[in-house]
Amino acid sequence: MEHSGLIPTQLRRYRDRGAPDLHLQFGNRQLAQLVSVVLVAVVMTPVAFIIIRAIGAGQEGIEYLLQARNLRIVGNSIALMVTVTFLASLIGVPFAWLTSRSDLPGQRIWLVLGLLAMVIPSYLTAVTFTDAFGPKGALQQLLEPIGVDRLPNIKGFVGACLTLTFVTFPYVLLPVRAALLYSDRSLEEAGHSLGLNRWQVFAKITLPQLQPALAAGMLMVALYCLADFGAVAVMRFNAFTRAIFLQTESFRMDKASVLALVLVAMTVLILMLRSRVQHRGRHYRIGTGANRQLQTVQLGKWRLPAMLFCGTVVFVGVFIPLLVLLDWLSGRTLTNPIHVSMTELLRNTVGVSTISALTVAVAALPLALLALRASSRIDRWLVNLAYTGNVLPSIVIALALVFFASQNLLSLYQTLPLLIIGYSIRYLPFSIGATHSAFAQINPRYEEAARSLGLSARAALLRITLPLARGGILAGLALVFLNVMKELPTTLILRPIGFRTFATRIWSAYDEAFLSSIALPGFVLILVSGLVLIVILRHNDSLH
Amino acid sequence: MEFSLQTEHLTKLFDGDLPAVRDVTLRVQPGEILTILGPSGGGKTTTLRLIAGFERPTGGSIKIGDSVVADANHFVPPEKRKVGMVFQDYALFPHINVEENIAFGIRDQKREGEKQVKRMLDLVGMEADANRMPHELSGGQQQRVALARALAPNPDILLLDEPFSNLDTGLRAQVRNDVRDILLETETTAIFVTHDQQEALSLSDEIAVIFDGRLVQVATPHLIYNRPVNSQVAHFIGEANFLPGEAFGLTASSSLGAVKLFHPKSGPVQLMIRPEAIFVGHQEIGNRASIVWREFYGHYQRLGLELDDGSELIARTGVDRFFQRGDNVWISLQMPALAFDQSGDSTAS
Repeated sequence: MEHSGLIPTQLRRYRDRGAPDLHLQFGNRQLAQLVSVVLVAVVMTPVAFIIIRAIGAGQEGIEYLLQARNLRIVGNSIALMVTVTFLASLIGVPFAWLTSRSDLPGQRIWLVLGLLAMVIPSYLTAVTFTDAFGPKGALQQLLEPIGVDRLPNIKGFVGACLTLTFVTFPYVLLPVRAALLYSDRSLEEAGHSLGLNRWQVFAKITLPQLQPALAAGMLMVALYCLADFGAVAVMRFNAFTRAIFLQTESFRMDKASVLALVLVAMTVLILMLRSRVQHRGRHYRIGTGANRQLQTVQLGKWRLPAMLFCGTVVFVGVFIPLLVLLDWLSGRTLTNPIHVSMTELLRNTVGVSTISALTVAVAALPLALLALRASSRIDRWLVNLAYTGNVLPSIVIALALVFFASQNLLSLYQTLPLLIIGYSIRYLPFSIGATHSAFAQINPRYEEAARSLGLSARAALLRITLPLARGGILAGLALVFLNVMKELPTTLILRPIGFRTFATRIWSAYDEAFLSSIALPGFVLILVSGLVLIVILRHNDSLH
Repeated sequence: MEFSLQTEHLTKLFDGDLPAVRDVTLRVQPGEILTILGPSGGGKTTTLRLIAGFERPTGGSIKIGDSVVADANHFVPPEKRKVGMVFQDYALFPHINVEENIAFGIRDQKREGEKQVKRMLDLVGMEADANRMPHELSGGQQQRVALARALAPNPDILLLDEPFSNLDTGLRAQVRNDVRDILLETETTAIFVTHDQQEALSLSDEIAVIFDGRLVQVATPHLIYNRPVNSQVAHFIGEANFLPGEAFGLTASSSLGAVKLFHPKSGPVQLMIRPEAIFVGHQEIGNRASIVWREFYGHYQRLGLELDDGSELIARTGVDRFFQRGDNVWISLQMPALAFDQSGDSTAS
């Protein structure tokens, strides 16, 4: 449920002349620091709480963790992560190549459809897959004429892998495609001129250039798998997030905390790997080579298989969910007799998403300014700590907040503010990243020019920097909105009683097997997600 | 007001690898065009940014007109310095049009302000493009808008950071002349930064040469070219021949025989001889030499010469005489040579 991969982190960036002087800080630096300290304190509360609880569990906690079924949870999560990462790469890399370097017809459409698979919430994809690939589902009906009258149940490992693969392959597709598009073509030409044939050029020149992008994409997929709740919960596959959810539901705080801590540790490990990969990746980027037309490969007799490949991927990832929803909408299945008005769902979902996105955008502002001009070690630490949300799967934040509030802040327990705090902690890094990169793309000379033309630091921020960064900040806002709207575990755990959103409605309808009640919220969710995706893609395109 | 700008022992040190400025003392008179010249990474731009107020000096002081804008106790922020700046990449605000860019620094936004914008548009010849956006302009046009924007609030000093380096070679000379004319017309005190010696020599009233953050020489273009204070400056500006010799007061002995000197020196020296100071002819005057190569440029020609003892010289002459490779010629010096002692110093000893 994270889309930070959509916002490219390595955009054109003005290299400032090193440490600027204090007087050129945007606005009031002390104020930014003060606000940042408060924000970081809020962000850090859940982790701190979990660590305290997990340590509090002590020997008991370790024994609990070493129980066979909990070790199996670790094994399950790792198996899921490895399998999905492998499968997603298997789909993502050829898809990236076909939509960037070949003469495949309709590249742009394939790409947009491929990305749409990413914005469909994993629980929705999972729910529709259980139907389509179920023992008596659409696939079975298709195979009935050839004598298949029952398919094996896909719930469990197979179903979770299938769902997550089709939800996550765009995370491989995006960076690999970008690397293919912006790789230095003259290097390939040099290879040809030195006597290498097409395959040798691909293997010896193109592939090594792709390696950092591929590694970054694979690690994104791995992170997603660890943090995802929707797919594993629907498929009843006992991975970390589901186990934590079950412990949280029955209010076994210490056990949930121990599991959460292990999950966080694994996440940190993968993030560390990713930052190493990204660091190494810089050495591969030389020259620009972006302006020249890249040579497209004629597919020839491979065109049909290529179309078939892309078609299948898009069909499974996007059209199966849509078709199943359509089927449910026609009313073949049961409707929840308790009527919940769509207006209420829409109002709740859009309302809470808007408030959260705005909260996060405002909170990100001082931190992004500090990040941009981080001149002291304290500044850098504040910014790094504010990124804590990246390490914490939603379910971990939610469980920490619900326990924390129930014990220490009963007035916040099961209130909307707590729900919004939960979303904000998780998605603050998205907004900081988007705002920071929006600021970083602004030529620092603009601000200096404004100063030399008589504007104070604050006036320069208001009249030059903010207007120029507006597009990037809004794209970040849209990204947070999209994610909050789809967010399932946080909403399930932190929502006030009786507060329903599209996500919770879909979840409870699935739980109670009122599949028809899923259809409409599902459609609206996909529609709004698609619109937001277009907004974000537009913004990214305009950057080049 | 004696000087438009005075810096005393201006120093700026960085933690990182940014170019430092060390103990720079400069004086610029009203209406003067001063160029800070030096190799890339030598601290030129840092000097300019210190004057503009974008950097805080580590030591020394800056005085603009009669007011101290930076010393150990004061620091006037850039917006209060009345210093205009033209950036290397122009830094026109991309979200507002040409007119609004020029009006940006004008405090009086009413009638008088509008008039000033019109005046500036007229001055730089951009009246027709007032409503266009920066990205629609060519490099030369952006340059002129940047100049108009910086001049619009009537700054006491105008700073220009490598303003011509982003222009095509063909356009550069034209824009340079335009800018010079505008500066003369508005009687603006201007400080340029450049690493292009041609630009510095042709544009400036005075040149300040900076190497490695240190001010090496401040003088008119004429003196910088003909009397560089040390061999580093001589190498950096223009083409020069260097011949070893032995100085005795105002003469020195060398491969060219006895050579007159500008300044008295003694002991072993390097003689600097500009290529155009060598007279090349067919009459038997001076020293014998042979022509090793020849480059013809239309309005002058360059000749590679070899003396009998094997030393090589480059000469630059008019095109009234015809030479070709292999010719035996006679060469003599038309003006005294500058002698650098072993520490590279050219001043009298």
